[in-house]
Amino acid sequence: MIEAMGVRAVRGGGEVLKGVSLKAEKGEALAIIGPTGSGKTTLLRILNLLDPPGGGRVLFDGVDVSAGDRARLLARRRMAMVFQKPSLFNATVEKNVSYGLRVRGVSASAIDGLVGAALREVGLSGWEKRGAFGLSGGEAQRVALARALVTDPELLLLDEATANLDPRTTEAIEALIRRVRDDGMTVVMATHDLGQARELADRVAVLMEGEVVVLGTAEEIFDSPGSEEVGRFVGGRRRQGRSLMIPDRTSHP
Amino acid sequence: MDEIGAGFVRAVELIVSLDPAVVDITVRSLIIALTSTAIATTIAVPIGGLIHFHNFWGKRAVINVIQTLYSLPTVTVGLLVFLLLSRSGPFGGLGLLFTPAGMVVGQTVLIVPIMTGLTIAALSGVADQVRDSAVSLGASKYQAIFTIMGEARAAMMAAVLLGFGRALSEVGVAMMIGGNIRGYTRVLTTAIALETSRGDIEFSMALGIILVSISLIVNLLVNRVQGRWWA
Ligand SMILES: Nc1ncnc2c1ncn2[C@@H]1O[C@H](COP(=O)(O)OP(=O)(O)O)[C@@H](O)[C@H]1O
Ligand SMILES: [Mg+2]
Repeated sequence: MIEAMGVRAVRGGGEVLKGVSLKAEKGEALAIIGPTGSGKTTLLRILNLLDPPGGGRVLFDGVDVSAGDRARLLARRRMAMVFQKPSLFNATVEKNVSYGLRVRGVSASAIDGLVGAALREVGLSGWEKRGAFGLSGGEAQRVALARALVTDPELLLLDEATANLDPRTTEAIEALIRRVRDDGMTVVMATHDLGQARELADRVAVLMEGEVVVLGTAEEIFDSPGSEEVGRFVGGRRRQGRSLMIPDRTSHP
Repeated sequence: MDEIGAGFVRAVELIVSLDPAVVDITVRSLIIALTSTAIATTIAVPIGGLIHFHNFWGKRAVINVIQTLYSLPTVTVGLLVFLLLSRSGPFGGLGLLFTPAGMVVGQTVLIVPIMTGLTIAALSGVADQVRDSAVSLGASKYQAIFTIMGEARAAMMAAVLLGFGRALSEVGVAMMIGGNIRGYTRVLTTAIALETSRGDIEFSMALGIILVSISLIVNLLVNRVQGRWWA
């Protein structure tokens, strides 16, 4: 479905992705875990074709989509991304959720029903006319998710979509991710919530300092991390429950 | 002091009684300034958008020049447009000197820079995340531009209002291009200048009150569109 081949990226003078290769098969849920600053956001933005790779290629359905405006637009219209910080448009909830439909030229008569259904999915039925700028962080992230799902994307990219959210919203969003995954949507999710990766992902890629150090099934990685480096992050912590996060690189000895 | 007080009362009477001369001059001022603003908007918004959404060599310099033009004295714009429109000037054949249309040209030249600059500032004020969201949700380049302009609507509206305020209150262009011809090109600012020097303080004050009131309303609207009533 989506594949990064030797993707590189330089940001602020430093190389933050050093030739990342990974692939999410159709219908698969792939988690990218790694400490803050390891390059997760940079990678997801490149997969969403928002930023060009500084090297390497991005394949969508086997086709190189890293170059060419038209190819990028068409590929982008088959995916959706939810950012860590929801950035809604200064308009009603309805206008936000319908945006992806409107730019795709979906007819006005079809839009109302789709928006209503998407809002129901995220537990915000009847919120159409509210102003997006008055929403709490959790509500805004639900709208962002509805906005992404309303176009029924083949690929859903989630960048720490539940970071900084209250437990209830986190649970609701996780349940929704599980549902779309079970319905066959391909999901690539960056997270530093190990429990979430373990629970929602079929496979997990561990990203450290811009490199994929391990890629395997969730069981493989959590039960036998393979390297000492990975073990330090995932091992010994899993017994302490699902909410434990990878510590920041800065707080790491 | 008495004279000023009496003058003020008389001025208010002129306004309240809808004195024909006062109404005539006010309406003409509004029509000319609104026309200039409408034309300037159709020039400034696209140019501001072109500059903002394109990266080109010397972009920073162009923006600096535009910002410098904000504070161009109105008499220098008046002089420039006068030279362009005068009989021997390149556009002399159009016969626009000392006509309302000529004033519209002059006011447009006067306010296009500030409206362009404020348009650029308005668009720059839209967070990068808006563009990211739009593009990520499947917007084409032009759809994203349209969305960013929509997000900047309040600041762009403020730019238009500020342009209108400058057009309405300027005196250089109106005097030099319009010529203050009674019943034809005489507007609030030029009438105030003339009547004051002729000693008709009451009439001047009436027009002055109207001008200040309109400016106040425009400023309130600017604050209103920016989401705050009293700021
Ligand atoms: N625009 C930028 N300018 C400078 N540095 C950046 C920029 N974007 C990302 N970085 C740096 O790149 C590294 C990876 O960032 P990011 O992809 O956001 O990591 P993560 O999402 O895993 O926390 C970090 O060290 C970050 O500081
Ligand atoms: Mg990140």
